Amino acid sequence: MRNDIILRVIAKIFVPFMLVFALYVQFHGDFGPGGGFQAGVIAAAAIVFYALIFGLDAGHRLAPEWIVEKMIAAGVLVYAGTGFAGIFLGGNYLDYFVLGADPVSGQHRGIFWVEAGVALTVSGVMLKLFYMFTGRGREPEDA
Amino acid sequence: MAVTVFAMALQRNLFSAVVLFGLYSFFMATVLVALDAVDVAMTEAAVGAGVSTVLLLGALYLVGGTEAKPLHRPLIPLTLAIAVGVVLAYGMQGLPAFSDAQAPIHTHVAPRYLQESMKETGVPNVVTAVLASYRGYDTLGETVVVFTAGAGVIALLRRRRKDAK
Amino acid sequence: MSAIAGHYSYWVTVFLMVAGLYILIARTNLLKKLIGLAILQTSVYLLYIAPGKLIGGTAPILANGFTTYSNPLPHVLILTAIVVGVATLALGLALVVRIRETYGSIEEDDILARDIADADG
Repeated sequence: MRNDIILRVIAKIFVPFMLVFALYVQFHGDFGPGGGFQAGVIAAAAIVFYALIFGLDAGHRLAPEWIVEKMIAAGVLVYAGTGFAGIFLGGNYLDYFVLGADPVSGQHRGIFWVEAGVALTVSGVMLKLFYMFTGRGREPEDA
Repeated sequence: MAVTVFAMALQRNLFSAVVLFGLYSFFMATVLVALDAVDVAMTEAAVGAGVSTVLLLGALYLVGGTEAKPLHRPLIPLTLAIAVGVVLAYGMQGLPAFSDAQAPIHTHVAPRYLQESMKETGVPNVVTAVLASYRGYDTLGETVVVFTAGAGVIALLRRRRKDAK
Repeated sequence: MSAIAGHYSYWVTVFLMVAGLYILIARTNLLKKLIGLAILQTSVYLLYIAPGKLIGGTAPILANGFTTYSNPLPHVLILTAIVVGVATLALGLALVVRIRETYGSIEEDDILARDIADADG
């Protein structure tokens, strides 16, 4: 699909918008529909779209394998870490109201970090699944 | 949606079955918006019509494309499925009617969440508040499930350099 | 007739469930079975969310001017269910890919024949 000029132009225009939209959905999840899962899937979809149009190697250059693998684990660790932060600051596991000056801002902070962890893991896993499925069929052809 | 599902069942070409599945996911997302479930509709549209369809197409490319003709007409599964359907329909009669405000689902925990979530969490989107704060453990479990799925697929599909098939 | 009109969403749910179940058990192609499983899962989403809707209500996002909201609790459960569903689908597809590489086919009959031949020979 590299040679189709319409697809290339549209992809170059849309991929940044899709990534920014993913960030918007992530942070606006408190006020409208959205949140960690949707944002993670939209971000992964943006990079999949880029890789479909410009080739798998370009996709690998944009989001290298090792970064994606680290993201998968980092998301779960961020989530669990927020829980432990609740313990260190005096409450139970995953208590948010001890995280800030007053309970409501503590809730805001806790929800922010938790959703960030979820988005990291979900986008990492979706992207990794795409890489695995498309990378599988290629090596017999190369060898 | 019914037409899509019928077509999917009868299609023998797997590629068209997958495309119909994407279409079906979009219809489901539209129905969910009509039912006021905006978060769920966004997730279903992104996940069902996006990621699921892409993964099915990826697997289809690796596996190859047509379904064999069945040897004998599948009467036993058809009667079994219809029997299950009849039993389910009988059971559904006991459930509350559509949009019944006195149904138990609306009278126990949900009013508390709707009324207290602004005071306790300060987040207008009640679904996010419940997901991340009131039911945070469930979301932790779900994140771990997603992680496990990724790890499982890596374990199944990783190539070892020496003995590639 | 409120058994039909009042329960319309349940009829649709049962139909989708039965259709997904039929595809799952009647088709021998493994990929088709997974598609049937996905349809079954989406019918369950409908089963949970339809009772949560209140006619005249709105989406469960608190805003001035609205008093009735749809029930947020099923939305939360189904959000989790959707993501778990795609995780299951991904693992199932990975297994189908490996089966194809080992057996050469994804039709149940061919796989069973291979297994029986391997057990005898």
